[in-house]
Amino acid sequence: MHAYLEFEKGLAEIEGKAEELRAMARTNDGMDVEAEAKALDKKAAALLKELYGSLTPWQKCQVARHPDRPHCIDYIDALFTDYTPLAGDRNFADDHAVMGGLARLDDAPVMVIGLEKGSDTRSRLDRNFGMARPEGYRKAIRLMDLADRFGLPVITLIDTPGAYPGKGAEERGQAEAIARSTEKCLNLKVPLVSVITGEGGSGGAVAFATADRLAMLEHSVYSVISPEGCASILWKDAEKMREAAEALRLTAQDLEQLGVIDRIVKEPLGGAQRDRRATIEAVRKALPKLLDEVRELPADELIRLRRRKYLDMGSKALVA
Amino acid sequence: MNWISNYVRPKINSLFSRREVPENLWTKCPDCGQMLFHRELADALNVCPNCNSHMYISPRRRFEALFDGGLYMDVAVPEPLADPLHFRDKKRYADRLKDARRESEAPDAMLVAEGEIGRMKTVVAIQDYKFMSGSMGMYVGNAFIAAAERAVALKCPLVVFTAAGGARMQEGILSLMQMPRTTVAVQMLKEAGLPYIVVLTHATTGGVTASYAMLGDVQIAEPNALICFAGPRVIEQTIRETLPEGFQRAEYLLDHGMLDMVVDRKSLRRELGRVLHLLMKAPPMVAGDLPPPSEPALPPAEPAAEPAAAGPAAAGPAADTAAKAPDAPARAEGAEKP
Ligand SMILES: [Zn+2]
Repeated sequence: MHAYLEFEKGLAEIEGKAEELRAMARTNDGMDVEAEAKALDKKAAALLKELYGSLTPWQKCQVARHPDRPHCIDYIDALFTDYTPLAGDRNFADDHAVMGGLARLDDAPVMVIGLEKGSDTRSRLDRNFGMARPEGYRKAIRLMDLADRFGLPVITLIDTPGAYPGKGAEERGQAEAIARSTEKCLNLKVPLVSVITGEGGSGGAVAFATADRLAMLEHSVYSVISPEGCASILWKDAEKMREAAEALRLTAQDLEQLGVIDRIVKEPLGGAQRDRRATIEAVRKALPKLLDEVRELPADELIRLRRRKYLDMGSKALVA
Repeated sequence: MNWISNYVRPKINSLFSRREVPENLWTKCPDCGQMLFHRELADALNVCPNCNSHMYISPRRRFEALFDGGLYMDVAVPEPLADPLHFRDKKRYADRLKDARRESEAPDAMLVAEGEIGRMKTVVAIQDYKFMSGSMGMYVGNAFIAAAERAVALKCPLVVFTAAGGARMQEGILSLMQMPRTTVAVQMLKEAGLPYIVVLTHATTGGVTASYAMLGDVQIAEPNALICFAGPRVIEQTIRETLPEGFQRAEYLLDHGMLDMVVDRKSLRRELGRVLHLLMKAPPMVAGDLPPPSEPALPPAEPAAEPAAAGPAAAGPAADTAAKAPDAPARAEGAEKP
């Protein structure tokens, strides 16, 4: 059963009706509904195209958070071979919001690191809804260090509401861990390619996404603050999240214009949640291309260009 | 007054600048409620003599208290693109920024200056919590980078005083991008082998804490400063329990290994000076206050004849800024005497 979003209500009705008709026909011999059901299908397809052709920023936030989108674990499963998970920060714990390890991408060894939200109640709790604690960032630093020493390119997959705002996380230096992880990204002597697959939530995402090449899925978002948080601070009304999402310019399309991201990976019609396989395939095609653009660069040049890229950020404005 | 003409080029701030009389002669300490006479409070660098509450102090007052003889030069900061997102909440960001600039007579939430601390050339960047909660946007990023570049050019240390409500939301993703940008600047210093010292002041939160504020070679904080990534209210909402007394305060962070020391404002100059001289392998810093340096880069300023006028004649284009620096070197002296 497909989980519909609030703005897909009309679509849910049409698709539900078609489904109902076909179910009726199955239990009543001789009943022919196919023509009628097909007409509904057509109507649904047209509506889907219309909806997804003009998603508002707030709708994109909802799509980016859709529970049925492929997650880090699905991408690792499908795109990499020989995946060998590595665990722990060698200091305090293993943070399950961050997964990562050695793997092969097209036979070539790489280090893959990602944020995993979980897909049912149990795994969501285990993964802390994709919100990392300091141990998660320190684990990422450790894996990046390892990749650095063995000359393995790093691939990061990002889908997080943000860093976990908890008591223990603060006590153990959440801010310091994020800062060091960003610093590590900028210091890497090996290529770093990132894909934001769902939510790129603030500093918790920056710590993974400060990359040579950063791609975003078509309906993913990357923002300094959630629209709800922004609305409650600037509008003093959390219900103004639509306006906030609009103002924050958090869509892949706006971020490409601003020069913050390098590539947009197209999603299937109706979003990644409608066709997980096609989405994963699109990322499969995009990853090697992104990596090839920087793979041959010598370490010092790679670092120089990466730093230049970030120093230059902010020189492009959006068209009014 | 046009701040742009004041800030586009470095200038000199006089030691004998005009003393402004505040509108309120008495300030109530927010912590103990004691009524404090403005001059007494200013002499104590805005620290309550009764309960040691470290209140807000303006960047210019800090510069004066920190640098030898209260003398320093502003470091120019490149203007970023104005409002590239065309952001608007209840009010246009462009207007909010204009208002903040008018109110504080500063270009944005970070000022950068160079001078000497115990005869050690030093670049100091100070974040101003009063300017849109000290929030980090593109200007602050530019200021921090300019500070690091200046320190590298002078082969001298960089000291940053942090204070921020977080990233400047009105600049959207571009405010977030100041985290990696400022981190690149920290790396420039590290690669040049120059000390980078962070002094965390009340309150330092969010993206600022999660970038340059936590990357210092030595981490210092002022007493009781709130230092965190997520603020206490956000955490209480998340975990639905009350947080312990002193949670996320400087002393708490010291206990949890996140800081090297918590230092009273009146001792900061001495402590900073000692650390800088040690890291730069220089002879021990001369104790006590020092007159302004006499090198040609910082020509001595003449005393201002009329307090309300444009300030020291020798300062030239600096006149306006010099006039804004409200207090005389007596402050720094007072701070230095134990
Ligand atoms: Zn007091």
